[in-house]
Amino acid sequence: MEMSQYLEMFIEESKEHLQACNQNLLELEKNPSDLRIVNEIFRSAHTLKGMSATMGYEDLADLTHKMENVLDGIRNEKIKVNTEILDVVFTAVDHLEAMVMDIASGGTGKRDVSATVSHLNAIDQGESITTASHEVAATTVAEPAGKSVLTYDEFELTVISQSQEQGFQTYEVSVSLREDCLLKAARVFMVFELLEKMGDVIKSSPSVEQLENEQFDQQFYVSIVTHEPADDVQKKLMKVSEVVEVQVNLVTVEQLNARNTISNQVEGSISEGTNESKDSAQETKNTPAKQGVQAGNKTIRVNIERLDILMNLFEELVIDRGRLQSISSELNHTELDETVERMTRISGDLQTIILTMRMVPVETVFNRFPKMVRQLARDLNKKINLEILGAETELDRTVIDEIGDPLVHLIRNALDHGVERPEIRVANGKPEEGTVVLRAYHSGNHVFIELEDDGAGINRDKVLAKAISKGIVTTENSLTMSDKQVFELIMASGFSTADTISDVSGRGVGLDVVKSTIESLGGTITIDSNEGKGSLFSIQLPLTLSIISVMLVEIEDEMFAIPLSSIIETAIIRSSDILNAHNQKVIDFRGKVVPLVFLDEVFDVPREQVSDEEFLSIVIVRKGDKMAALVVDTFVGQQEIVLKSLGNYLNNVFALSGATILGNGKVALIVDCNSLIK
Amino acid sequence: MTEKTTMDDIKVIVFQLVDKEYVIPVSQVQSIEKMMHITRVPKTPSFVKGVINLRGVVTPIIDLRERFELQANPLDDRSRMIMIKVEDMEVGLIVDAANDVLDIPSSAIEPQPDVVGSIESEFIAGVAKLDRRLLVLLQLDKVLNPLQQVM
Repeated sequence: MEMSQYLEMFIEESKEHLQACNQNLLELEKNPSDLRIVNEIFRSAHTLKGMSATMGYEDLADLTHKMENVLDGIRNEKIKVNTEILDVVFTAVDHLEAMVMDIASGGTGKRDVSATVSHLNAIDQGESITTASHEVAATTVAEPAGKSVLTYDEFELTVISQSQEQGFQTYEVSVSLREDCLLKAARVFMVFELLEKMGDVIKSSPSVEQLENEQFDQQFYVSIVTHEPADDVQKKLMKVSEVVEVQVNLVTVEQLNARNTISNQVEGSISEGTNESKDSAQETKNTPAKQGVQAGNKTIRVNIERLDILMNLFEELVIDRGRLQSISSELNHTELDETVERMTRISGDLQTIILTMRMVPVETVFNRFPKMVRQLARDLNKKINLEILGAETELDRTVIDEIGDPLVHLIRNALDHGVERPEIRVANGKPEEGTVVLRAYHSGNHVFIELEDDGAGINRDKVLAKAISKGIVTTENSLTMSDKQVFELIMASGFSTADTISDVSGRGVGLDVVKSTIESLGGTITIDSNEGKGSLFSIQLPLTLSIISVMLVEIEDEMFAIPLSSIIETAIIRSSDILNAHNQKVIDFRGKVVPLVFLDEVFDVPREQVSDEEFLSIVIVRKGDKMAALVVDTFVGQQEIVLKSLGNYLNNVFALSGATILGNGKVALIVDCNSLIK
Repeated sequence: MTEKTTMDDIKVIVFQLVDKEYVIPVSQVQSIEKMMHITRVPKTPSFVKGVINLRGVVTPIIDLRERFELQANPLDDRSRMIMIKVEDMEVGLIVDAANDVLDIPSSAIEPQPDVVGSIESEFIAGVAKLDRRLLVLLQLDKVLNPLQQVM
């Protein structure tokens, strides 16, 4: 069977299941006794196993199977959850992730996992030995608790004892169905049909009625009287598809009588127990129901490339729309005007829809952090509590793809350099456990992602001393720098303040990369810090990368686009207002000295004649606190444009961040104001 | 390019620059376009003529004459832009004319003679003799490569 068409889906779903595993494992670590979580993990692992076996990735299936064994042990309370076990399971999940990534990049998904496998096996076996003895010790009490699901009234007991006298055997059969079994009632029917061929069903739990209405979990109990040996019963039942487990236990009247007396004695506690199990059954039934509601909010998976193509096609449509508008205004035909206007409105709606389709909750990036923080905190011997807020905040897919690595770096940085060791924290009167808050929220046309820690904060003097020793700033300059400016030095290249370099962070190559990545996304990063109290890294990102508002300006006959986000205002000044300061032309703009940047010179625009106009059009732009006035020929107007790259051949052209296609089909270049301001 | 020559025939596009005929494998060619408006991109080498809107994709355009430092010729209505894709770079090449599509038997391709001094020699993968035509096989990745150094 040709599998490649399913490969993509397999990879996507595997990633999702692994992510679910990770999340639930972290949950489990917090509430080790919550078996519902184990069930969730088990379900994910089980599906993953099935999928990978179907796709022929045996190694993947095998490791998942081993992991499943351990999870099963936990689920059946044979294995007690502790950190060591979770660590092993975590590494197993790590391996699985690596395998899936390998498959995604065209590999075979093979990987040396023998260490983890042996660990898993050790847990599985080592613990089951101890549980075996535990079982023996508890048999007398545990047996009724375990099997008392089936209780018999006097009539039934009489039937059993009579059949026993006639040479029939009585078995208690427990049947487990697959978790993803869809037609449970049908399977129940098949099981009953088989049982009734072999003998008589005396009792079932839940009742037959409930079973037919699928009012049970995965397991149900039946007792039958039959001539057949236990083995045969079991084998026959296993033939029913989607039945995963069948246990057949021989019972005798004596046992049952004994059990009844015990159950009478411990009636209270048992009925409590059954209530509880009923409750939990209710609960587990509720959860899928809830998920069902969510799934009712139907989604489909679409390849991002297709969305890009859709976007491109739509952009073409927008360009033609522009043309149509100008034609219709020339022709002055009422009906044509109306139609074009309608089309304009509809395509506007379409644009909004396409853009929102590209929006992805930032959760997809955030949800790998808890595990990373857990691991790092252990490596660093620190106690850290990561809080994630606003994970549902949506961002353009392109930004999502890029923002992961910078955030990883910032978090590592916060954990390594920010949060102090527990003993130091205690000595400084702080709680032993450090708190790192990762927060995302919308504000205006921007999304903010903030990382706040309550660690040591940034030591201004230490940073300055380091920066001076590295030659990043001069001693004189350092005296006049504001705190913010000093903090931003840690993002200069070639900078690292940790006294010792650790492998977690701190080779001084990271934060400058973080800064440039964020700037390349059209965002900014600022640092605020309070020594001894903690630091706040704040990243501001544009809501979407693909459509931005710009001001179109003309120089000679070339059109340039300046992003509105960096424009403060436009103005027309007299050329006599220009002042000279150190070979730099400046103007006095609202009391501030602003340097002039002649765009025609920067972009070498060919000029027919040197213009000496009395008035100059300027666009005042800013980068952080700094400003510059860009001199242009004429303002054309404000427009929403689609941002396009210049192609891979022309990456990194000076002072240009990309291009766009105008209504007339021509390309206009987008000015990167950040690189024009020094 | 070497693995291409081991195959029996290669299908190529033939184009003209000044008085010579050059070929590039069809597999690397996306389309051939007539000249259209080119937006100049400042601060790039002079052979980068700018970018065009190729059906919604902004595509850089290189003038091959200037790239090979041949004498510049005004564009006329035979001038074409050959859109090529090498690795993940999509670029258009301005040529004097796009002439033909040919199958060249790999046996006809010879390594280029060692002529020193001509700028284009470093971009040549081989020379093919076909009937009485001399076709120069271009090594496109070299043509596109050294942009960073020139800047």
